[in-house]
Amino acid sequence: MAYTKEQLLARLQELNVDFSCYDHPVVLTVEEQAKYVGHLGGALSKNLLLKDKKHRLYIVSALSATKVDMKILSQRLGLGKGGLRMAPEESLLEVLHVPLGCVTPFALINESASAVSLLLDQGFKSKQSCYFHPLTNDVTIALSSNNLDKFLMSIGRQPAYVDLEASPVVGKDSPPDLADLVPSGVPNSSEPIKNVTPTNVPRQNDVPKEKTSLPEVKAKPKVQNKGAEKTQSKIPSNGTNVEKFVNDVFDIMCPLFLSEVSKKLNIKQEELSSILDGFKEQATPDLESVTTSLKNAAYTAGFEAGSETMLNSGLKGRPSRNPRGGHIHENGPHLTIVCSLFRPSPPPPPFPRRAWLLPPAAAADDGTW
Amino acid sequence: MAEADAAVVRNEETEEEEQVVNPWEVSAGKGGIDYDKLVDQFGCQRLDDALVARVARLTSRPPHRFLRRGLFFAHRDLNEILDLYEKGERFYLYTGRGPSSEALHLGHLIPFMFTKYLQDAFKVPLVIQLTDDEKFLWKNLTVEESKRLARENAKDIIACGFDVERTFIFSDFNYVGGAFYENMVKVARCVTYNKVVGIFGFTPEDHIGKVSFPPVQAVPSFPSSFPHLFSGNDQLRCLIPCAIDQDPYFRMTRDVAPRIGYQKPSLIESRFFPALQGENTKMSASDPNSAIYVTDSAKEIKTKVNKYAFSGGRDSVELHRKLGANLDVDVPVKYLNFFLEDDNELEHIKKEYKEGRMLTGEVKQRLITVLSELVARHQRARAKVTEEMVDAFMAVRPLPNMFG
Repeated sequence: MAYTKEQLLARLQELNVDFSCYDHPVVLTVEEQAKYVGHLGGALSKNLLLKDKKHRLYIVSALSATKVDMKILSQRLGLGKGGLRMAPEESLLEVLHVPLGCVTPFALINESASAVSLLLDQGFKSKQSCYFHPLTNDVTIALSSNNLDKFLMSIGRQPAYVDLEASPVVGKDSPPDLADLVPSGVPNSSEPIKNVTPTNVPRQNDVPKEKTSLPEVKAKPKVQNKGAEKTQSKIPSNGTNVEKFVNDVFDIMCPLFLSEVSKKLNIKQEELSSILDGFKEQATPDLESVTTSLKNAAYTAGFEAGSETMLNSGLKGRPSRNPRGGHIHENGPHLTIVCSLFRPSPPPPPFPRRAWLLPPAAAADDGTW
Repeated sequence: MAEADAAVVRNEETEEEEQVVNPWEVSAGKGGIDYDKLVDQFGCQRLDDALVARVARLTSRPPHRFLRRGLFFAHRDLNEILDLYEKGERFYLYTGRGPSSEALHLGHLIPFMFTKYLQDAFKVPLVIQLTDDEKFLWKNLTVEESKRLARENAKDIIACGFDVERTFIFSDFNYVGGAFYENMVKVARCVTYNKVVGIFGFTPEDHIGKVSFPPVQAVPSFPSSFPHLFSGNDQLRCLIPCAIDQDPYFRMTRDVAPRIGYQKPSLIESRFFPALQGENTKMSASDPNSAIYVTDSAKEIKTKVNKYAFSGGRDSVELHRKLGANLDVDVPVKYLNFFLEDDNELEHIKKEYKEGRMLTGEVKQRLITVLSELVARHQRARAKVTEEMVDAFMAVRPLPNMFG
């Protein structure tokens, strides 16, 4: 159910958002738009709809003068180099419900765009009035960034302003500063996560080097983002996720391959990376299939081991768990056989040892827990 | 009640039409199955583009090609499930197989391929029912043979790539009892003999095993049938992907559910996968040349497609170049519709073939490549399935990560 320009403008009026409205012939580019409104003193915006390899969408809305480097942006979002492309035309129509040349933050009023992340140029804040298209490109509306924020918050979005020209170093010790703006795939709000296994590291979206020691990416003070796009670490056990594993494998192999081949054969990495994308698409089904077979085999082995343990030694066959810190299952007396053979890192010791392993009698007498 | 009775009335009215669709018989009139009529007759809803887009948005991934191409085309209350999912409420999937033979063909794989996609996309658990008792009742099999076939089929199902942490496979002979049986009897008490006759077409000569079977296929729709999985979660919703001929079972189930205090299951239904020789029936496991089997070698696939796949091309090259192919009856293009992932390539092939520039041989060649890859991948995965793995999938075990 796509919103019309009229409905959007009516909504802005309801919200007491101060804006001016200019009609002009249909324009498809910023230059054309400038011909009609450029003289009026406000700041023109350029708006890009980008997508990453997991088909998540981003609107990058910037002052027309701001230089947006997609490679740097991609790294800052934690998508690796070259992780961002222009989104195909269909996405404009199907997700944003706007025509070509009309990407605009206002498209987020549509329900279909709820998973699209929005990055706003912090340069907007210093301008008295900024120009955007409402949902059609025969109109330009001018409003201050505060009023834009008002609108965004009314549709449940926390505005995220970013210094789009900054190029901070992204690496092991400095995590991608915009990773919070990557849309999370899980629907938000109350997840009754009953069976949280605290031994697993909370997952982050696409941090390329998974061996970082940091558990969470801290958002920079200016950049907040609550709402549909927040990557909450609510999925505790991704160690057994086949799709993620396959992506991790590609993340290891492709950059290496790209850099080696481009050096040896003196081809530009950009030319190779589209071939590599095609190759990844082709290889993914087979890779996922063999990974699933491995996972099944590992789970089965664990299941067999668990069954044998129970049959032969009962509950005594398993090391006791600290009632305070270890697994607490709401299912109570049910014996849970959790096969945690896939752990992120480090590799598991042969038996899970706990420093506080005490024989049952001692714990009861002692009472000093 | 409402839905089942209406279907009875419609069944009687359309008796003069030639199309017959029920769980044990599918035959089309001239011109193939009329799906619009079927949807009207059954009273389910069409799955439109908006719904497909909604699924894509909710799951943050492109919709499966079966959805993009309208192969899963009908549903019941899918919208409700999506509404709830959006609010953070989960559901579980239920699908099944009647293990009547060891030979699975590609048509059997379709619902499983789609179910795997649903499991991965929505991150929800799945129960898979193997109705070995049904096959014993309907076919001339011993109990041992039915059980054996169920286990063999389980291996092919596992090879489709389901997530062992979220999947419970069970066979009726092994699992019926306890809470499951209690639900069966609750359902049975709500359905009169006349009603099952109306829905399933039983006759006075049919033995009572047949007549009392339907509840067995109905109750996996209710979470309380699986106390080791969903205990305390009586109102958890269920989504059932299936071919549209299974609709009668679930019409009955949906009628009964509110009367016994349970939620109605939702359905998402597919078209039939055409037999190699043409659109008139669904593939039959008893005619080897009507289908591509998952055990076929690359050579067998090549022969079957070249020799038996019904072509919409013209009799001579000149005529073909002039008139183009008839895509309505051409089986290779229909198969590509199901199995060729790339939308652009598919469109290109359809266009070139329809306008006579591409010949049947080329289309068939492309299909052979696609099918060979698919079958080979399945065979590799199947080879890695051990008896212990089947035991693990079928063990009555908790699934702690099932919503993770």
